[in-house]
Amino acid sequence: MSRNTEVFVIGGGPAGLSAAYVAAKLGARTLLVDDSSRIGGQLIKQTHRFFGSSNRDAGIRGITIADKLQQDIKDVSDKLTVLENTAAVGFYHNKEAGILSHSAYERVSYQSAIVCTGATENSLAFENNDLPGIYGAGGVQTLMNVHGIRPGQKILMIGSGNIGLIVSYQLIQAGVEVVGLVEGSPAIGGYLVHASKIRRLGVPIYTSHTILKALGTDEVEGATICRVDEKFQPVPNTELDIKCDCICLAVGLTPLIDLFQQAHCRMVHVGELGGLVPLHDSSMRTTNPEVFVAGDASGIEEATTAILAGRIAGARAYESVHGKSPQAEEIVAEAREELRTLRSGSTGERIRWGRERVMKEVGEC
Amino acid sequence: MTSLRIEHHPVLNFPERKIINFFFEDKQYQGFEGEPIAAALHAAGIRTLRRSPQKDRARGFFCAIGRCSSCIMEVDGQINIMTCITPLAEGMQVRMQKGHGVIKP
Repeated sequence: MSRNTEVFVIGGGPAGLSAAYVAAKLGARTLLVDDSSRIGGQLIKQTHRFFGSSNRDAGIRGITIADKLQQDIKDVSDKLTVLENTAAVGFYHNKEAGILSHSAYERVSYQSAIVCTGATENSLAFENNDLPGIYGAGGVQTLMNVHGIRPGQKILMIGSGNIGLIVSYQLIQAGVEVVGLVEGSPAIGGYLVHASKIRRLGVPIYTSHTILKALGTDEVEGATICRVDEKFQPVPNTELDIKCDCICLAVGLTPLIDLFQQAHCRMVHVGELGGLVPLHDSSMRTTNPEVFVAGDASGIEEATTAILAGRIAGARAYESVHGKSPQAEEIVAEAREELRTLRSGSTGERIRWGRERVMKEVGEC
Repeated sequence: MTSLRIEHHPVLNFPERKIINFFFEDKQYQGFEGEPIAAALHAAGIRTLRRSPQKDRARGFFCAIGRCSSCIMEVDGQINIMTCITPLAEGMQVRMQKGHGVIKP
């Protein structure tokens, strides 16, 4: 079987839903596929309130933002088809892609594609890091906030970026004892407001520490941590054994880029954005002119910026099918302004650096 | 059903779901209809989902969103099922996958 669409959106997270909404609202026939059984991406497990920006989602919980995006796309259902449990499995030449839906394979011919595949969780090298009981922070959030199951009774958190801090707090809310938070750097990585919350609840924070090994033979029974020096090397005789039945790794994300490579998009490695990302301009267009990108796949950031980048990609993808449009231009200008505000200040510094490198590479700055 | 199930949560409400029976290695367990197989096993206290093909190491789930393949098991005779995203159904026969498993016609 084959399908035909003007705009083809891959991934139903904040970026993909926003992109599909804008493209369909402007009038493009749009198809959105998502490999999970419930669209919303990782927002459906984020119970914390987002900082957002003054006019977008400030103080709103991730789960509420997901509901809102899901409501929005219902308004454009005459132009937008959504397929859940459907994975995009490959790009071909001649603007064709393959999708796998409930074990049935179909071809999709499109005019513009917007790839919003998100990211995958990083692991960390240490002895026994493959034992059952060692979970990614996203995995822990899914288990507890989507399925209502605690990962265990006592958990050790590795990584003090915002995800490590927020998930620690969510674990406490779910009734799990967080026995410690381990951070390699001398200072906490995430925002102070999140760190203070878990510190007040009595979670020991081990900065300048690392995990040496997980204890246990078939399942996690504890962990050995130790102090590290300025070069992140373990300091001898500082080992400390901690009893726990789970270890949570919150050590960053890497963009999911397989599809861009298949589509022959030029890639660039930018550490600040999480690794290899498809080169793209400020319209979120990659070096393959039919392929756009938005969300974590273009660089690890967060949901509010993914929504805005998705709106830009959706508007530009519409224009590449139907030609220039003042409404599309307005959406892009507004989203760019909001992105500038969100990425300003000291907290946005790393992202600004990373994005600047991408823009330099495509000759935009 | 077990102490790992969250009963009260300050932000979330988990809707009532239908309790069903399934089998893990021929032993009967209970779980909620439609929840991922790996979630039901985890709630039942089962964390080792398979053994690695080469070094016979225990494997559990990791990402919970169908990305990493750590949780693949044999379900109703079919191998390589990603149990973290496959919904649980009444009477399902779930087994640890031995090695690479055997593809049945």
